[in-house]
Amino acid sequence: MTAPLPEFWQAETQTRLAPGEAVLAWLETDLDAQLRFSRGLLLLTDRRLLAGDANGTWRDWPWRQGLKIERRDHAGVGHLELTDAASLLAAWHYTLGLDESARRLAQCFLERNAASSEGREPEPCAVENCPGCGLPLPAGHALCSACTLEANRPPSTWTLLRLWRFARPYRNQLLVGFLLTLASTAATLVPPYLTMPLMDDVLIPFQNGTPIDPGRVKLYLGGLLAAALAAWALGWGKTYILARVSERIGADLRITTYQHLQSLSLEYFGGKRTGDLVARIGSETDRINVFLSLHLLDFATDLLMIGMTAAILLSINPWLALVTLLPLPFITWMIHVVRDRLRHGFEQADRVWSEITSVLTDTIPGIRVVKAFAQEKREVKRFSDANAHNLAVNDRVNTVWSLFAPSVTLLTEIGLLVVWMFGIWQVSQKEITVGVLAAFLAYISRFYGRLDSMSRIVSVTQKAAAGAKRIFDILDQASSVPETAKPIHPGRIEGAIAVKNAGFRYGNRTVLSGIDLSIAPGEMIGLVGQSGSGKSTLVNLICRFYDVAQGSILVDGADIRSFPIGEYRRNIGLVLQEPFLFFGTIAENIAYGRPDASREDIVAAARAAHAHEFILRLPHGYDSLAGERGQALSGGERQRISIARALLIDPRILILDEATSSVDTETELEIQAALENLVRGRTTIAIAHRLSTLRRADRLVVMERGKIVEVGRHDDLLEKQGAYYRLYQAQTKQMEGGEGEDA
Amino acid sequence: MPEFELARNAFGRLVLKNDEGVHEGVAPVRAFPVTAPGEGVALMSAQGRELAWIASMGALPDTTRILLEEALREREFMPEILRLVSVSGYAAPCEWKVETDRGDTAFTLKSEDDIRRISPSALILTDSHGVNFLIKNPVDLDRHSKKLLGRFL
Repeated sequence: MTAPLPEFWQAETQTRLAPGEAVLAWLETDLDAQLRFSRGLLLLTDRRLLAGDANGTWRDWPWRQGLKIERRDHAGVGHLELTDAASLLAAWHYTLGLDESARRLAQCFLERNAASSEGREPEPCAVENCPGCGLPLPAGHALCSACTLEANRPPSTWTLLRLWRFARPYRNQLLVGFLLTLASTAATLVPPYLTMPLMDDVLIPFQNGTPIDPGRVKLYLGGLLAAALAAWALGWGKTYILARVSERIGADLRITTYQHLQSLSLEYFGGKRTGDLVARIGSETDRINVFLSLHLLDFATDLLMIGMTAAILLSINPWLALVTLLPLPFITWMIHVVRDRLRHGFEQADRVWSEITSVLTDTIPGIRVVKAFAQEKREVKRFSDANAHNLAVNDRVNTVWSLFAPSVTLLTEIGLLVVWMFGIWQVSQKEITVGVLAAFLAYISRFYGRLDSMSRIVSVTQKAAAGAKRIFDILDQASSVPETAKPIHPGRIEGAIAVKNAGFRYGNRTVLSGIDLSIAPGEMIGLVGQSGSGKSTLVNLICRFYDVAQGSILVDGADIRSFPIGEYRRNIGLVLQEPFLFFGTIAENIAYGRPDASREDIVAAARAAHAHEFILRLPHGYDSLAGERGQALSGGERQRISIARALLIDPRILILDEATSSVDTETELEIQAALENLVRGRTTIAIAHRLSTLRRADRLVVMERGKIVEVGRHDDLLEKQGAYYRLYQAQTKQMEGGEGEDA
Repeated sequence: MPEFELARNAFGRLVLKNDEGVHEGVAPVRAFPVTAPGEGVALMSAQGRELAWIASMGALPDTTRILLEEALREREFMPEILRLVSVSGYAAPCEWKVETDRGDTAFTLKSEDDIRRISPSALILTDSHGVNFLIKNPVDLDRHSKKLLGRFL
């Protein structure tokens, strides 16, 4: 069934539709002809196409033979064009968020065409709607992308509550910690209480001529010592337990985040800076950790202390207690206001700081370019500009900041002054004793001192919340290559690949569309075309690093989306242009895809990859270290190790993505020999810039701007004098020109 | 004087005629859409080849220029944000309600990374569907907008 129309259009449409006219599909467009934001409606009924705009102008095109709807998009805007054989009849425009609906409408129009040419009654086009927003769903998704986003919206302090998920396993320890906190706080409140009897029963009577009673003094002093000892022991216990727990929560958080990160698709990594991800998992978890173990704990302790103190003070003398506590909220508020001003400055300082680091991260990896173009001076200038900016911002912040601490002290002193004044007055009225006043002063000087650190909790919490949000950003990120709920286990596949009408888009750029290709088991396909023609994207789709936006890819007749990703990829061997070696021994690198491989297997794979001999020439043979900080290996050597890596897992499908592009012709010959061993008996898709490397391919597939333009054998394609011929000509000409290498 | 003729056919496509022949479905592309929109417009064939280069739009005959400008308007879509009405949160993802030179709209910003600086002053915001919004110079925005934008810079 079609989804109900938006409210805005319902009444209007009702009056326009003829009795019995059925709506097959609709699209609410959001741009007018000048691409200004404005709503419009496009209705496909069983009789006609009906369109209305925001000004209430309606047009319609009764259905007739030869009408066509075409969809295209550019720079984030989709266009639907209605044409007949002679001319363009109308065009509609929309932002790409509505693309799915537009596609459906175009599809429905096609079906309607087919139905009437076969003499059938046209049927409403089936639409599955997103339960979140009611827009049509991309096939196979539970929520549309806009709604998955909506679902993890709240970037507020409440985000911190989500950390409970990680705290839950430790709730017993947390409870013990809380009880200890309660007890230790209570213990710290005993000494000020004892000043009361010490004053009133010992010191003041003594001043008035009564001798000191040693027993009493011993009792009170003993009480002070006992309280101090108890506070020490309990304080140690609470800090120990809670710090332990928060450390564990932090560790769990880190592991869970990393684990989740590993499960995300390449699309996610493509859009993120490495440094940012490293920072999120490293320092953000640490910041949350410190927040939990230090700030939150202190804050809770302070809160308990203020609560208990208030209770004790009220029980001793309610009036004096009120006067003592009254300025509290006011002082807190003042501190908060000042801090708020500061926060803006600090944030700015933070941002400027990242400006400095970005200059560094920009230039240090690019140092060769900087030096080659002799731009050292400019880079130094860029850095010193950023530094000057940093100084200026920090100077401004420091002006306010230097005022802050003295201001807090002033405020607390004024608070104390008020207590002194009221206290002296009360003593003079004989309402309280000197001891009570002394106890009050002792109590409040304790917690006035804590007010500053308490006021800090707001900004610390905000920072921790921001950190938690950044972590949950990763955790909430659903993989764009989701694991299916009802998997088919591929086991060891045959290697037949069928790409059906596949399309893909990076952001608002269509990279692939309408790709159809079937590959027989064991066949070797060479993918050729200019860079940017979508070869690598196609391969990435086959590896399921991304999922197709339209169409499907079948392996052995089953959609690859129905396989568990890990099991499917175990059947794929990948050799890339820039082979990546991890830090570890050569043997470990070869066995990366099969860590349980025996030494014999590793050596056999290395032999087949023609890597055995050069490995033996290294100082520690297979135990030599490779990767960053390891043995310096040439491009060809690294490539042969990566070929051995692919050989060892014995894949059914082999992907060679420009495997020989970054090495010289001689090395290429060596690699080529290694590759021949690898290719044998496997379904192989090879992308190569140099057409000469694809001589062994059974078929060549020529791609141009996201489409397959030619398929065939080398000789046949040359004869056809099409796209392949042009590519080939361009390369041979270049070879003759003596350049020989990549264009 | 340009060495080509430009016209629009019944299908609304631009048709370019030059010494080499007739090209249908020609698309005008600005080389510097943000920093110098009036200079350097290329006419590209449907196959993505450059057919003609127009160094300055101002030097064209009026009919051609109007035709080109019309085609560019239909093709280019980078609304310029003139005012921020509201932003739903302090951190992405959040919903932005904005006034642009192409009317009022709302969009979702997926992450702070989708705000990019492309020149010392100009910013480009990419929404969750890949539509780009331009802020020519944040300093020129009104106070309210600047404050909202400040949350993310």
